Amino acid sequence: MAAIVDMVVHLLLVILMPPLLLGVIGKTKALFAGRVGAPFLQPYHDIIRLFRKGSVFSRTTTWLFRAGPVVTLAATATAALLIPFGNHEAPVSFAGDAILFAYLFGLGRFFTTVAALDTGSSFEGMGAAREVTFSCLAEPALFFALVTLARVSDSLSLSTMLTRVSADIWIGEGASMLLLLSGLFIVLLSENCRIPFDDPNTHLELTMIHEVMVLDHSGPAFGCILYGAAMKLFLLGAFFMNVALPFKSGSAAGDWAFFIFSMIALAVAVGVVESVMARLRLVRIPQLLVAATVLTAFSMLLILR
Amino acid sequence: MIFDSGIFPDPVICLCAAAGTIALSGFPGLFLSRSPGTGQRVAALLSVLASLTGLAAAVGLLLVPRSETWLLDWNLPFGPCELAADPLSALFLIPVFLICGCGSLYALAYWPGEANRRTEPALTFFFGLLSASMAFLLLARNGVLFLSAWEIMAISGWFLLVTEHRETEVRKAGIVYLVATHTGTVGLFILFAQLRAATGTFVFPPLHSLDPAAGASVMFLAALIGFGAKSGLMPFHIWLPSAHANAPSHVSALLSGVMLKMGVYGMLRTLFFFRAPLPWWGILLLVLGGASTVLGIVFASAQRDVKRLLACSSIENIGIIYLGIGAGVYATATGNAPLALLCLAGALLHALNHSLFKPLLFLGSGAIIHAAGTRELDRMGGLSRRLPWTSAFFLVGSVAICGLPPLNGFAGEFLLYFSFLSEARSAPVPWMALLAPLLALAGGIAVASFVKAYGVAFLGAPRTQKAARGHESKWPMLAPMALLAFLCILFGVYPQPLVRLAESAAGSVLPWPIVPEWRVASRIPLEFLTGVWAFLLGGCLLAGILYFRRIRALPVAASETWGCGYLAPTPRMQYTGASFSEILTGLFAGAVRPSENVPAIEGPTPHASHYRFSPTESLLERGILPALSWVAGSFSLLRRFQHGQMNVYMLYIFVTLFLLMIWVP
Repeated sequence: MAAIVDMVVHLLLVILMPPLLLGVIGKTKALFAGRVGAPFLQPYHDIIRLFRKGSVFSRTTTWLFRAGPVVTLAATATAALLIPFGNHEAPVSFAGDAILFAYLFGLGRFFTTVAALDTGSSFEGMGAAREVTFSCLAEPALFFALVTLARVSDSLSLSTMLTRVSADIWIGEGASMLLLLSGLFIVLLSENCRIPFDDPNTHLELTMIHEVMVLDHSGPAFGCILYGAAMKLFLLGAFFMNVALPFKSGSAAGDWAFFIFSMIALAVAVGVVESVMARLRLVRIPQLLVAATVLTAFSMLLILR
Repeated sequence: MIFDSGIFPDPVICLCAAAGTIALSGFPGLFLSRSPGTGQRVAALLSVLASLTGLAAAVGLLLVPRSETWLLDWNLPFGPCELAADPLSALFLIPVFLICGCGSLYALAYWPGEANRRTEPALTFFFGLLSASMAFLLLARNGVLFLSAWEIMAISGWFLLVTEHRETEVRKAGIVYLVATHTGTVGLFILFAQLRAATGTFVFPPLHSLDPAAGASVMFLAALIGFGAKSGLMPFHIWLPSAHANAPSHVSALLSGVMLKMGVYGMLRTLFFFRAPLPWWGILLLVLGGASTVLGIVFASAQRDVKRLLACSSIENIGIIYLGIGAGVYATATGNAPLALLCLAGALLHALNHSLFKPLLFLGSGAIIHAAGTRELDRMGGLSRRLPWTSAFFLVGSVAICGLPPLNGFAGEFLLYFSFLSEARSAPVPWMALLAPLLALAGGIAVASFVKAYGVAFLGAPRTQKAARGHESKWPMLAPMALLAFLCILFGVYPQPLVRLAESAAGSVLPWPIVPEWRVASRIPLEFLTGVWAFLLGGCLLAGILYFRRIRALPVAASETWGCGYLAPTPRMQYTGASFSEILTGLFAGAVRPSENVPAIEGPTPHASHYRFSPTESLLERGILPALSWVAGSFSLLRRFQHGQMNVYMLYIFVTLFLLMIWVP
């Protein structure tokens, strides 16, 4: 019974909560800028409105352009089944699901970038090139983190890997966990195209990464993309927060409440980073990503010691 | 099984008959110059039938793992002519027959005898000969017989490669190939001479019969040169990109999908002659495999020529296979049987998978080269409108080769990741875990390379007039691609049958009887993967249906691509392949060393100018001269480590610490 409740809560959170993170980030940034800002629920309104709008398709595009957002969203949603939230196991968990989790995002990326190239626009080609290049540098960092977590938890399943991180591990292996966390935070920001890697709100196509890839999408397709991006932030955020705050309240409801709280805290943290930092120059981005890889590699080294 | 019911008298005879038929399939065509195309059709029919027979026999041998020997009493000085099939050779026979059948059918439309009266008969003949020599090579259990088949394979490969020998580039590629393959053969001569010295006969020793004594390492190194050169392992890969790029596409499919694996087979066969391989063999294979994996795909990402890109990505895939073999050998040497089984099964599974998606991509590249009239990616574009089927098949191949779920490329890489990561859980110094991030990096660059290859060739608007007038291929070209694409999807969603075949071959070479707890199926929940695929496909379908109903219910308009306000865009303004890979090539400029010609732009109204970018064959073009100038430069070597890049410095610290950790007990 508890398992079924957990699964239902898990699915509800995955479906309902992601846009809220965007709202919290927006509100935090507004506070920093001294504005009132859009309401917390604005991203929900945006997505719903997009699903009610008509579409414009470029004459250059083919079926792939239409399929891209769908496949990406489906891959992200499948990844959502594999990751535990807070102290609760994921609906699907098996040995090696961590590898699948990473690769499902790869599948999504493949289709997003291919859909971008389908338009024949050089801006979108530019965005696609940046996306695939930067993500292939972020990938090793993620896998170093997985090695560390596999070592800590003696498991290859995300559910065990992430729920077994505890305060004891933090006390025993604090330095390693700290390095791991800083590497993961960089990966989180870069994979979700947040500042300092990409500015979701910039007005200039030349400087964008993710937003420029989806310039030509409109209506429901763009809704799918926005929603998928929010979900990806939510999932990688959950990965990060499971490591960062391994707090166990002892009761199921308490754990869920703590998880929701920690996700909002993460959104605030992302908002703060976006408010106090400028976007990096494009040539600096690979360096920061390599640094993230080296940080996670250090954390692996310390845990092996 | 089917063999016991008496339909097939003996699998080895069956395999020999199939290979013999294929060898002679092109023979009639040599004498039928009066009616062009007839010989080719006869050859295709014979090859397809023989391939089906051979496939059935090979799969049958693997399903009930056993060895069959067939001794030809041949009174020759080099000993009895022994032909045998065991699970290891049976596994490698599968791609031989599959791709031979597919390729000969494909040739009917790709290189029709009617239009190529001069070249077609020889091409068909050598295609059959190459396939058959590979089959005999896998069956041979005598050093001299093996070397004969090896040479026939190498030479017929050369004849196929220089089909268009009137072009300088092709002749150059042919010469490089010939030199490289014979350098490798020298290694094999040393290997078999040593083997004969050790055993007193040219007949192969049984598995695990030799002591890894003093001469063993010489044999290993000789095998590494011979088989490594054939499989395109770095640093022996120099011949590969130009050879595979300049051969006709169905030949490239056979060379890349199958012939490279002959080196892998030879390596495995040699390694397990010994009772226990030495640990440093495994480490050396891992180092070379790792270098091939990363550098191979880095080279691929920089290519402009679609077939060169595919060829370089073969180096990567061979690297991945050798990573699995190296890890498996190391695990065997250190007595970790379950890990050894998992690594070898992963390597063999990846080898099988590669022989599905790489030929698919090469066959697809042949179709687009026909349509666009060029191999240059930057002169294609928009082909998916004119070639919808080829486009779909090429997409399947691209997703599969990136190792993305749910296609078959993922299954092999998953096994390898799993073994590397499971090492991290328990081993005292889990250095093998380092391979997981390495594989992830290569996977990421593979996505970049194949998004580029697919996107630039098939999507967007046509960049040239010729590309705009391209046409879809005829059915003999489409059918083999459809078959391979279907297999890629099938064995991606349901990899169990291939895993079983690979595991059965891997288990047969290990020096231990396989315990059920070691089996892949009992360690990796493959059925969960299939369940997740069902979810993924279901999710795609559900989201797709909702989305398309939504779109249909709402107004839809067509317009031009948003050009950020620019009013007169032309197809030439699209992002090209060279621009797509520019950042990545810049990051790895040390390896790729692209030669660029950047025009100077002067004045407010600059003249028309030209930008040219070409990746170099670094080792080939820079390998020999730098070796000479190295002596001069060696004193300034220290300077190069001091360049002021913080993150590289951090890497130095990490590497040093890691090495210290291994060395200092």
